Amino acid sequence: MEITPKSLYLRRRDFLKLGAGATLLASTAALARAKTEHGSKLAGVKPNPKYTVDEKQTPFDDITTYNNFYELGTDKGDPSENAAALKTRPWTVEVAGEVGKPKKWDIDEILKTFPAEERVYRLRCVEAWSMVVPWDGFPLADFLKRHEPTSRAKYVAFESVVQPSMPGVKGYAGIPFPYLEGLRIDEAMHPLAILAVGLYGEQLPNQDGAPIRLVVPWKYGFKSAKSIVRIKLQERQPTTTWSQYDGGAEYGFYANVNPDVDHPRWSQAKERRIGDILRRKTLMFNGYGEVAPLYAGMDLRKFY
Amino acid sequence: MKARIVPLAFAACCVPAIWLGVQAVTVGFGANPVEALLNDLGYVTFVLLATTLACTPAQILFKWSWPIRIRKLVGDFCFFYACLHLLTYVVLDQGLDLHDIVKDVLKHKFIFFGMATWLILLPLAVTSTEGWKKRLGFRRWKRLHRLVYLAGGLASFHFLLRFKTPRIETVAWMAVIAVLLLTRVIETARRRVLQS
Repeated sequence: MEITPKSLYLRRRDFLKLGAGATLLASTAALARAKTEHGSKLAGVKPNPKYTVDEKQTPFDDITTYNNFYELGTDKGDPSENAAALKTRPWTVEVAGEVGKPKKWDIDEILKTFPAEERVYRLRCVEAWSMVVPWDGFPLADFLKRHEPTSRAKYVAFESVVQPSMPGVKGYAGIPFPYLEGLRIDEAMHPLAILAVGLYGEQLPNQDGAPIRLVVPWKYGFKSAKSIVRIKLQERQPTTTWSQYDGGAEYGFYANVNPDVDHPRWSQAKERRIGDILRRKTLMFNGYGEVAPLYAGMDLRKFY
Repeated sequence: MKARIVPLAFAACCVPAIWLGVQAVTVGFGANPVEALLNDLGYVTFVLLATTLACTPAQILFKWSWPIRIRKLVGDFCFFYACLHLLTYVVLDQGLDLHDIVKDVLKHKFIFFGMATWLILLPLAVTSTEGWKKRLGFRRWKRLHRLVYLAGGLASFHFLLRFKTPRIETVAWMAVIAVLLLTRVIETARRRVLQS
């Protein structure tokens, strides 16, 4: 057949060039794989030798360019690219619900009142990768007790920030915002649970949940809510973002790291430590066996 | 001039491999290189699969002849990238642990769809030569190669399940595959009507 007009044929070549161009364009983004600027140093942070792990710490650049923070975009590189869309001052954290002393804190007042210490924790993401992160923070228990929880405070609900400037909030991310998380009160009071305000001795980068975030090292990473603006103590189990998704088929409320309970789409028996190629075995409770008594008598296959 | 469409398509299909190679020896693939490589190779495979599927509808709709001339080439490249994608999964991602791999394939739809796609592409790639066309006879060969649409469907679900929440991009690609399939269905129906 000799019917293809020359103009169309030439356009085909343009199309091919366009394809190559798009590939190159995508790669420039990879070339520019950013190193994160360092934040200001936190004063007087000392390592707590009780809470450290004898494993290689994940480099700062990996912790700050490989993130899940859907409010700043759904791809791993989005949060660091869009970090500037999150404004961390002024910032308040409201503590409400079943407490004797509710309070709306200014973030700088929190930083002054609760001195941070360094804790090196394993972080296990539900997506089967892990890191070792030197967080700077203070026990969540210290913070909660300051507000005198009542006897009806059975659970703690956490709410992350929503700012109109955050690109993920404007578009379709597949989950509703604000991002909600929750813990049982005894989990929240466990000495391993902290509120983090920094990493590697510096103020938290925005993509890692500045200015203040939860860190619960024996649970999958998504439980550790970022950029918290509200903490509510309550009698009923709080609604959490991912446990609502897909009728709770994907993520339960507890979300304890458990190599024996698969994610619907992949096994949780192994994980890739960022920096490694081959996977290692995942440890029950992410290696924090001291939390096991919290779940005595519970079927962790049912309460996953 | 026209003879150059095939080498041109060949060159275009090489671009992703060359780029990944350059990236491997220069900037690397970021914090989780295995995941990045899996994603990139999977995406290239999917786009080439969609391109292969688009060749015949392009001929039907626009009466172009050149897409058919590059169909085999693009299909072969699609299989080439599918093999790299599978190898990355088997060797780098799963560390050749066959027990884990079999469990993963049988237990998880996401992996099952991906593996099923590759298993369909395998005989299609093998029989994509003129020799096989003759050996099978054109009718049977054609019937066999209709399986590529099943591969497209399975690959779409594999792609969709890759993410925690459905991505607009993936859904758009699924719509493209659906439209291409629909074009074939309508064309077949039209011919039947014309023949009767």
